Amino acid sequence: MIGRRSVILTEADRWLFPVVLLVSVYITFRGHNAPGGGFIGGLIAGAAFIIRYLAGTPLTHRWHRALNPTTYIGVGLAIAVVTALVPLAYGDALLESAIWKWNVPAIGEVKVVSSSIFDLGVYFLVIGVVLLSLISLGADPIHDDEAQGEL
Amino acid sequence: MFVLLFAHFIVAIAALTFLQTRPRVSAVLGIGVFVATMIATLQWGTTPNGAAVRTEKWEWLGELGLSIDLRLDSFAVMMVLIISALGALVLAYSVAYFDPDKTTARFTGLFIAFAGVMSGLVMSADLFTMFIFWELTSVLSFLLIGLNSESGVARASALRALLVTGAGGLCLLAGVALFQVEVGTTSFQELAQKGPTGTAITVAAILVLVGAFTKSAQFPFHFWLPGAMAAPTPVSAYLHSATMVKAGIVLMARMSPIFGDLDIWRWLVVLAGGITMILGGVRAMYATDAKLLLAHSTVSQLGFLGILAGIGIPGATYAAVVHLAAHAVFKAALFLSVGAVDHAVGSRDIRTLSGVGRQMPLVATLATLSAASMAGMIPLFGFATKEKALAVLLKADDTVGVVGNVALGFVVVGAVLSTAYSVRFIRGVFGTKKDCAPSRVHHAPSFLLVAPVVLLSIASVVAGIFAQQTGHLFDAVATTLSPTALGKLALWPGVNTALVVSVIVVGVGAVIGALVPFALTPRALPVTGDKVYLWLLDGIFTGSKKITKYSQNGSLHTYIVVMLSVMSAALVYSLVSDQLPHLDNVVIADSPLQLGVVVLGIVFAGVVTFTAHRFVAALLLGGVGFAIAVIFALYRAPDLALTQILVETIVLVVFLLVLRQLPSKFEPSVKGAVRTGHIALSLVVGVGVSVFALLVGNARQAPSVGEEYIARSLPEGGGNNVVNVILVDFRGVDTLGEITVLAVAALGVANLVNMARRQHRAAGDEVPQ
Repeated sequence: MIGRRSVILTEADRWLFPVVLLVSVYITFRGHNAPGGGFIGGLIAGAAFIIRYLAGTPLTHRWHRALNPTTYIGVGLAIAVVTALVPLAYGDALLESAIWKWNVPAIGEVKVVSSSIFDLGVYFLVIGVVLLSLISLGADPIHDDEAQGEL
Repeated sequence: MFVLLFAHFIVAIAALTFLQTRPRVSAVLGIGVFVATMIATLQWGTTPNGAAVRTEKWEWLGELGLSIDLRLDSFAVMMVLIISALGALVLAYSVAYFDPDKTTARFTGLFIAFAGVMSGLVMSADLFTMFIFWELTSVLSFLLIGLNSESGVARASALRALLVTGAGGLCLLAGVALFQVEVGTTSFQELAQKGPTGTAITVAAILVLVGAFTKSAQFPFHFWLPGAMAAPTPVSAYLHSATMVKAGIVLMARMSPIFGDLDIWRWLVVLAGGITMILGGVRAMYATDAKLLLAHSTVSQLGFLGILAGIGIPGATYAAVVHLAAHAVFKAALFLSVGAVDHAVGSRDIRTLSGVGRQMPLVATLATLSAASMAGMIPLFGFATKEKALAVLLKADDTVGVVGNVALGFVVVGAVLSTAYSVRFIRGVFGTKKDCAPSRVHHAPSFLLVAPVVLLSIASVVAGIFAQQTGHLFDAVATTLSPTALGKLALWPGVNTALVVSVIVVGVGAVIGALVPFALTPRALPVTGDKVYLWLLDGIFTGSKKITKYSQNGSLHTYIVVMLSVMSAALVYSLVSDQLPHLDNVVIADSPLQLGVVVLGIVFAGVVTFTAHRFVAALLLGGVGFAIAVIFALYRAPDLALTQILVETIVLVVFLLVLRQLPSKFEPSVKGAVRTGHIALSLVVGVGVSVFALLVGNARQAPSVGEEYIARSLPEGGGNNVVNVILVDFRGVDTLGEITVLAVAALGVANLVNMARRQHRAAGDEVPQ
């Protein structure tokens, strides 16, 4: 336990956490055309968790069993590897990008590039790495370390 | 020919998977494949006018110039016939020998796969192809020796066989690589045509020879073979007497026409083979387990074959080929008859077996015939082949000088021993001993246990009686290896020196075999191959532990000093030895702001070296990182700046978490010369890296790839942010690698920390939070 919990941080975290996570997703997907991307997005989401950690709120909360850090890492790596391998099945090179365009009524043309999915994998993996570092090196202020031990 | 190999593998896979519960079905399929292989090879390997050669090539890794080349010449035909015929007989035998359970299913699958791999080995047109199959046979032999995976002895024996033959395989690989580099080919035919010479070639030839020695259990690598008898009898009969251990002989037979003239080759072959022959023979006289006796006799016979195949005299090559066939036939029969006795009586101990011959007259008669062939008695196959070998070696003095006489001496002593242990074997297994109660035969051996022994023993008799005709069958085989290797076999060669020697040998051997008691306690030898092996194995383990203790001593301090020393050595070396580019247009700073940020960063870094507090040092280092982020931003690299800021923030927090576990102040710094050394090292690295960076920036010769990436970003990567497109598309594989490293590192850290926590908890300490 590191001192007392700061009320200001706890309150700030309650509002900041979802906003920062949303921003991180936005940054991840806009990365293809503007500064951002999976790595930056993942770090921003990681920062959200850090605020939460410093505030002393349980990090993994209700999803503890379902989504522990290693799951993030595994899912992220799996997404990245699968997107890297899919082009091979079509006779293209590893990680070759496919570009899909749709005309959506009212919105206009929507363009999706397959490498965005790859970036999503990077995003999840980076979140997992940050979470894992926090949980293993620090002490989860609420959870006892019985729970941290089981990775 | 590939189609035959694939047929083996398909049946093998079927036996190991969906036919797992029905090993007998897979055995029947396997026998079918063996018979088909025999018919096909005979079809391809012969024409009405004589021998034919068929080649097939499969481009494996075309870019590397690696291909699997098969060449079915007469020698390969003979070997494939031996492999398939014995394979069919032993597999049929195994159906009666094993209960049809899962282990048997595994045996059947591995056995068929082994036969396929071994056929590939003997059909190899070049050393590289042979090496591939060679290693596969080692692996399959490992799995088959360790078939009874619950037995510690079986596992240890399997591992020993694998390590010894595997080490030999590495020597073979080194030889193959040397040939490829020096001659440009590893094909047996091209090597023979080019007849390369030179030191490197000699080294390569010897490396290949060492590989052959390990596989064929030649001294000093002979010790793994008796251990391999932990395998079930069908495995011993097939792999460890008839086929796999002949791989080395095959290799020597292929190579000796090319390198047999090298003195060192010839001496190595004769000495290793001779010692193997004597050693195996003597050990066979001490063995009390009938199967072990046969194993030692196989070692001895392999030594004999090694001399004949490797000495590089055309006549000896012929003798090697015919004796190889004779040995495969009689030794397989003997192993299978021991298995039949073991199955019926439940013992293989020649000290206590008694009266078995009376109760199993058929098996006893057949085994006696085969043992007589092994002893070299007229009118059996083994007699004709041994006569041929003696006749050739008696004249070897003329062509190769003193080494021929040495070989002759070894062979004569070895032949005495082989008669002796043949007699001992028959007396021991089938004889009636006065002081022993008769062994009880539980049940008569079934048809399938006896039929293969019948066929093989009859083959020894027929081939012996019709020695002349049999001999002709091998003409093409021997001339394939060496054009002048023509020879003749005869049932009655007439009274000549060889016959006189032979009669004396058989007489002396029979007397020894009849007189030596069964319960001999061998004197413990001070040095045995096994002891050396264990000593080496132990040495490797303790040695590597010691090296690890020094090189990985756990001190971060030492690691950093080592890393930085190597780095600074590389820096200094390249700065001193390379031609340095001119430094044009060195700009100190593009703007006052930039200069200010840089100075700030330098000040932060400088203060770190003086501060006593870890916490302060961590904050200051974070400050250096942020200064760098500002530089990135000034150069309009938003992605880099953003990443740098985020990484610095998160690393700082993680850093602080770690700092909680450490004392707040640094340990008092080292004094004296060590301190001076550290300062000097830091300066060299710092200055060196700075100068290097400055020079590298000015050393560009090729155009930057940046322009091209910018141009390709939108059309190919579908994005405007070229940095991101590089990360996820152009250099996406790098990213994939990096995130993998990141994941592994994070998992490693987490596990180390958790492990330390658990240890603390186990020790009852207060768990650090």
